[in-house]
Amino acid sequence: MGDMLTRRGMLKGAGVMACSAAAHPLMTGVTFAAAPWDARLVVLILRGGMDGLDAVRPVGDPGFAAMRPGVGGDGVDLDGYYEMHPGLRALAPMWKSGELGFVQAVSTPYRDKRSHFDGQDLLEAGTAMDAPIARDGWLNRMLQTVPGLEGETAFAIGQDSLKILSGPAEVANWAPSLRMALTPQAELLLGHIYEDDPLFHAAADQAMTLANGLAAEAERGEAAEGEMMAMMEEQGGRSERALAAFAADRLNRDTRIAAFSITGWDTHRDQAGPLTRRLERLAEVILTLKQGLGPNWGKTTVLAITEFGRTVRINGSRGTDHGTGGAMLLAGGAVRGGQVYGRWPGLAEADLYDRRDLMPTGDVRAYAAWAMRGAFGLDRGVLEQTVFPGLEMGGDPGVIL
Amino acid sequence: MISTETLSAIRFGYGPGGRDVPPDAATHIARLKRGDRMVGRYPTPDLEAAIALGEDHRKARKAAQDGGSDRGRRQAQVKLGEMFGSALMAGFARIAETDDPLRERLTWFWADHFTAVPTNAVTRAVVPDYIDSAIRPHVTGRFSDMLVAVVTHPLMLIYLDQIASVGPNSPVGQRRGRGLNENLAREVLELHTLGVEGPYSQRDVTQLAELFTGLSGQQGKGFVFRQGIVEPGAETVLGRQYGGGRPSLAPIRAVLADLAVHPATAAHVSRKLAVHFVADEPDPALVAAMEAAWLETGGDLMAVTQAMLEHPAVWEAPLTKVRQPHDFFGATLTALGISGDELMAVPVRDARRNFIRPLRDMGQPFMTAPGPDGWPETAEHWVTPLGLANRIVWAFEAARHVADRAGDTGAFVTRALGDAASDRLRWAAGVAETREEALALVLASPEFNRR
Repeated sequence: MGDMLTRRGMLKGAGVMACSAAAHPLMTGVTFAAAPWDARLVVLILRGGMDGLDAVRPVGDPGFAAMRPGVGGDGVDLDGYYEMHPGLRALAPMWKSGELGFVQAVSTPYRDKRSHFDGQDLLEAGTAMDAPIARDGWLNRMLQTVPGLEGETAFAIGQDSLKILSGPAEVANWAPSLRMALTPQAELLLGHIYEDDPLFHAAADQAMTLANGLAAEAERGEAAEGEMMAMMEEQGGRSERALAAFAADRLNRDTRIAAFSITGWDTHRDQAGPLTRRLERLAEVILTLKQGLGPNWGKTTVLAITEFGRTVRINGSRGTDHGTGGAMLLAGGAVRGGQVYGRWPGLAEADLYDRRDLMPTGDVRAYAAWAMRGAFGLDRGVLEQTVFPGLEMGGDPGVIL
Repeated sequence: MISTETLSAIRFGYGPGGRDVPPDAATHIARLKRGDRMVGRYPTPDLEAAIALGEDHRKARKAAQDGGSDRGRRQAQVKLGEMFGSALMAGFARIAETDDPLRERLTWFWADHFTAVPTNAVTRAVVPDYIDSAIRPHVTGRFSDMLVAVVTHPLMLIYLDQIASVGPNSPVGQRRGRGLNENLAREVLELHTLGVEGPYSQRDVTQLAELFTGLSGQQGKGFVFRQGIVEPGAETVLGRQYGGGRPSLAPIRAVLADLAVHPATAAHVSRKLAVHFVADEPDPALVAAMEAAWLETGGDLMAVTQAMLEHPAVWEAPLTKVRQPHDFFGATLTALGISGDELMAVPVRDARRNFIRPLRDMGQPFMTAPGPDGWPETAEHWVTPLGLANRIVWAFEAARHVADRAGDTGAFVTRALGDAASDRLRWAAGVAETREEALALVLASPEFNRR
């Protein structure tokens, strides 16, 4: 050990993570528990309230043109009634091949106050409005029902906290944007100082494995000719595509459930531009997942959910305000795509919620529950009592193949 | 074996820092009794200032909605953000300068016990007032006074939905068909006083929620007591009757005073203090001593804190806890000898980059605990691969900023850790390639992150 710690040429400067995982002398080889399923689930939280009415436009509804003048006609026709926003155009082939679907007019049980904060809390807690909000997230409660899970079965990705995965069940987390940029000497010395404290030792070991693994893969060109590194450079390494690439990488190993956030959906003013960019970003994320997952894409379900939809009418500043009913997106080789699920409530004044919002006719949680029932074979009682306490799942919409 | 002096600095403060920090229980107690010398030196904006700014913001937003420029709103938004940040930075300045570090630690303990999370820019600006008027003045005072201050503070009333609660049989409730929101009443019993194992039922929650009706807020004013929403009639909480006369704050004060001295409250909150300062499974004798002091003095927090400091168990228990990110920042600033004035002079942008964002990345966004039960206490929660990696990254950043003036590495280890540094760490700091690397190793070490 003493020899390794002598001075040597120091690789200094931002972005240098020189020591590859394989060469790390202090690596104990982190072992991960085998996952109980082969199916994969990715949950994307669209924070800010996605305008479902613009993402999946009901151009066949005679009321739509009046509510959203000038919107429509430039997107991708889905089924003659709905049109997909042009920002999602890159996903058109997936729609045709049945790997992409939507649910229209859904919401969580959250009503009336229309606060992002409370709405997201409820979306991630998965509980109802008439009971105290759960302190753990619904994906974590799902994990709690599966005995013997540990290690990396579930992965929370990114620097923001994901309540949906927080709780007693063990969940791994990492942010691919995090650059440790340690010199080899610093890394060795850190390993040395953590040696006597098992908690710090294990955490540091795994952190360095993850950080160095990303760097090493990019160096060896394993991640599509260093594409992952390029994505990490983009936007200071915080881009959602990097999260997607990292998620796909983990899902190809022992991880079966991954979640991360895509922010920026709160389009109060001049929403045409920002919403297009957000939807393009969402499409990139899904394409990155598909590309990264390769053959595993066939076993994958992606759910993109948001805390609420937005007002039906466009507001005075060409944007939309916080609403109620919205849309969710389903993707992956495991889903039965090519269709827009949900019961369309209509846009006449009397059809609206509170005379302003799209009336929710379905519960986001019911679709998530059916997706988990289909993908993981979870028991209906467990889903209705533990994962989403008090939920009535209703009839099977058949979202999973 | 760690000396009493080092233990005193780490367990009840932010580490030695080469400064005059209390070396023993008696000095901690004397300084707590001496009074607060930091709040006047690094003051923060009060409620009035926050409300005035909130009004500016509201008007600017309205102007923007009516088709005017959005600039005024954005400027007001920035000022609101600065006000929120001032609670963090003034807090660090106090930590950096104080010779009474336990007062700072207690302030953040109680702020966590009474977790209230601001949900928008306007309520964020109220945070400095919440800390400095509802929490801080009472950390060596009476628990009941803190409880009343918290339960009547706009931040808590908004966070736990009390402002949405209306007596269903009150004039307003009848006219508008509105009803109770039990959130605050439930958390006062479950989290703030008796504890989840405490002797209360759903009926007590509902009765307390009825008793709490009237606690409200008003745009541009802050806290108001609104007689028109008070549920008529008396309520019975834990077998005792309150109210029933003319609507007023008095019965609410009375029930809070009773809850504050309830044996279940004394047991629950004493244990929570011991868990925070000493160990996840504290010595029952220590908790019993604190509980006894609580009951003898009717919830005098000075006496309870004194009972903790004077109990032999706290001077014997090993340092098994982990500094939460906010503590870790405070300890780092102390070890590096950064002055309070320097911290107050940090521009907003730098404060965001160097403090606010890294705190979030380490898993403790400022004043944004995941729920009303506050931040988790266990070491395992904080020392995750991502959490630790963020600490390491920040340690290197901090070290880079101050490497020039840090002086001799060995002296720095002593300043940071007294005699709590292991031989392993002293050796590693000695063979590091640069001074900044040595500093960062110390800051990232288990000894520095445990308390």
